[in-house]
Amino acid sequence: MRRLLKSPLLIEILRPLGQIVIFVTASGAILSVITLLIAFLLRDSAAGLACIENYGVDLVTYTVVNLPQVLIDGVTIGFVYATIALGYTMVYGVLEFINFAHSEIFAIGAFIGVETLIALDNAGVLTGIPTWEAYAWLGIAILFSMIVAGATAVAMERIAYRPLRGAPRLVPLISAIGVSFFLQDLIRLVESLTTGQFYRVFPTFGNFDERISIATIPFRGTVIELSIQVKSVIVIVAAIVMVVGLNFLVNTTKLGKGIRSTAQDRTTASLMGINVNLIISMTFLIGGLLGGAAGVLFAMKFTRIDPFVGFFPGIKAFTAAVLGGIGNITGALLGGIVLGMLETFAGSYLNVFTNGAFGAEYKDIVAFAILILVLIFRPSGLLGEQVGQKA
Amino acid sequence: MNKGMQLHLSDRLQALYTRLNQGKAPYIFSAIYLAIGTILVYISPRSLLAFLVFISSAIFIYSFRMDARYKIILAAIALLILVPIVGVRNIFYLEVIFQISVFAALALGLNIVVGFAGLLDLGYVAFYAVGAYTWAFFGSQQPFLLHEIPGTAPPGTPFFLPPNTFYLFIFIGVAAAALTGILLGTPVLRLRGDYLAIVTLGFGEVIRVLANNLDKPLNLTNGPQGITPIQRPTLPEPLLDAIRVVLNPLVGHNVSEGDFYNLFFYLAALVVILVVILVARRLDDSKIGRAWTAIREDETAAIAMGIPLVKMKLAAFACGASFAGVMGVLFAASRTFVSPESFSFMQSIGVLSMVILGGIGSIPGVIVGAAVVIILNLQILQGFSLYLSQLRQSDAVIPIINFAWKDLSTQLDPAKYQRMLFGIILILMMIYRPAGLIPAARRKRELVKEEVGVIGPDDQINGASESGNPGSDPGSEEVRHGAR
Repeated sequence: MRRLLKSPLLIEILRPLGQIVIFVTASGAILSVITLLIAFLLRDSAAGLACIENYGVDLVTYTVVNLPQVLIDGVTIGFVYATIALGYTMVYGVLEFINFAHSEIFAIGAFIGVETLIALDNAGVLTGIPTWEAYAWLGIAILFSMIVAGATAVAMERIAYRPLRGAPRLVPLISAIGVSFFLQDLIRLVESLTTGQFYRVFPTFGNFDERISIATIPFRGTVIELSIQVKSVIVIVAAIVMVVGLNFLVNTTKLGKGIRSTAQDRTTASLMGINVNLIISMTFLIGGLLGGAAGVLFAMKFTRIDPFVGFFPGIKAFTAAVLGGIGNITGALLGGIVLGMLETFAGSYLNVFTNGAFGAEYKDIVAFAILILVLIFRPSGLLGEQVGQKA
Repeated sequence: MNKGMQLHLSDRLQALYTRLNQGKAPYIFSAIYLAIGTILVYISPRSLLAFLVFISSAIFIYSFRMDARYKIILAAIALLILVPIVGVRNIFYLEVIFQISVFAALALGLNIVVGFAGLLDLGYVAFYAVGAYTWAFFGSQQPFLLHEIPGTAPPGTPFFLPPNTFYLFIFIGVAAAALTGILLGTPVLRLRGDYLAIVTLGFGEVIRVLANNLDKPLNLTNGPQGITPIQRPTLPEPLLDAIRVVLNPLVGHNVSEGDFYNLFFYLAALVVILVVILVARRLDDSKIGRAWTAIREDETAAIAMGIPLVKMKLAAFACGASFAGVMGVLFAASRTFVSPESFSFMQSIGVLSMVILGGIGSIPGVIVGAAVVIILNLQILQGFSLYLSQLRQSDAVIPIINFAWKDLSTQLDPAKYQRMLFGIILILMMIYRPAGLIPAARRKRELVKEEVGVIGPDDQINGASESGNPGSDPGSEEVRHGAR
């Protein structure tokens, strides 16, 4: 037993799991405490009085009652950001280049997944099927979109980035912006030619929309409902599997060794007999696979997608990657979770705390404000030491 | 074989160009070409080809070897006399030319930031928005509507300021945009180039989100509905009448007040372009301009030479921002309407692709870039849309695959695929011609000197060490850290 626990393979699986647990609890606890503190301070202000008037409870109670749901939503969206951020961070680690078009890889993943499921739904495959079959079809859709997104990412690298390798660093960045714009309109073009619509809706099937009730806790006259949607559970579980899998791949396999050495020093790696071009392609492939899966998960969670769906999650995932320390896989995970939580907290409480002056619309600003603050005060990110400054 | 033919053709064109560009020939040729262009557009106001001939005369006027005074006179005749006549005759051309001038001014401003100082700014439109909203707020009834819900202006609300304060607000717009540039730039300009790009992108979105949501607690921007009406400066009636006497017979209809406003804003945009060009040229040759070049080429070396890095970058940022501010004020007044829609990320990328298409750091290049992108956007894509919709109404069928045009989705409207256009421009230019259509003089020199495949148009950091591995340069990195 002891030998098993010490085996490096198991450690590589257990360590990221431990990190996830620590990150989620720590960021959730810290943000909850801060929010409760603000609620406590504001309870007698105009915002507090308005809260009593509107919801019949005082501000602290309101905050506590909503807290579990906010935390669950925050973790869910945080994991989606984390899976996208992994794509940014992998490519940045290897090439030191912001793959601006990664958000479109995500969007392509979302569209392929949703279109596959819509096609299945139209064929009548998804109606009245047992739950396990619904999961199987979802898994197939995710797999399919992963393949397409991964292939797109590799093709993109081959066409638009590889010819520019060795050019000044802003050149591939501009090319990446071009790819991003091109792909956005390509999705739109394909969608408009085939379906005539710009947005698609994730079909309802299986038990994904049901809520699992965990507990109801009475609290100061009201009750706190602890429940979680099935699809949130799927998102979280899938994201954890991907993070752990990626960690395993990078830290234990031969390919992972190649990726790490290429990230460290491309020239030396190639001298050691590593096929650097292949490694870079593989990095894009892995980023694309993760991005594609994240796209389907996102579509399932938020149901409606359009060709520009990638833009904001992409920017936020990039922010998450920078927040955690770009180039660092654990950092992307931490950054994603923290950012998702922060954003959900802002979106849920800003309106009540400012007495309606600022609404949930400002949650996008929160992400950018964090990005700017991190870059000013800690450009290497929360966990980044060796990376981020390698230029 | 095919390639040989192409070479042959280009050789012959080259020979023709050289022959035309000798002695008195260019003087006569460019004047005749301009005249033919004008006549063509005048006779057939709807023909795209005629318009292209007219517009392309600018290239000959610019590139032929002629006396500078002759060039200026020819350009002035074209811009101040011919364009207004042609433009009022077919108001669509005036719109195209107005857009070209607005975006040329914006692109020239961005060129100072990206081209001269090598700072990639993806949120340039934010400064444009600052200028536009400055005049939109003060030049409308908005200051009296601070406590109203958007869209519920009580009838008879007066305007806040008299219309001619517009001229004052041109300068206030400059100051506001420059101040915003400095406020944003101070914290972020210490960052490395690609981070700066993302932060400016974020800032552009922040401005848009603010414009969308600042209708509460105080109604500053009227939210997504945007502010309208915005005042325009008054035009002196006697002068208009005097111009009408000359212009009416030439254009064949009574020139309305709206036409005059279009002309006015076109001329105002020309003035701004002139100022930008003058400032940019003087700056490029000044101490500041050399400092910018040094920063662009190699930050570390620039610091070592004693260039105050952040200060110089801030200067470039503020300078570029202030030009966007002026254009914003002009835009708000010319459209009498602003809304957050006009300041999207796509606009920023549009301006960037103009700069990159034309040639980073090259003033004539950027103007050509703006013209090409606008014409592609407004005329060629829209012409293509029109053509498709005609095909849709016909009974034509695509041969081989036997697909009836009628069945083509009506959503397929090339005019709406600007993103694809910008994307393709950016990718192709970066891969095949990173220095742009008309490379800047300084870069041309570099291209002759070094024989490297890709010469960076905007090398910001790794200029010297790029041929080696970027990661294997720890020494200079330390210097950079020290300088922070």
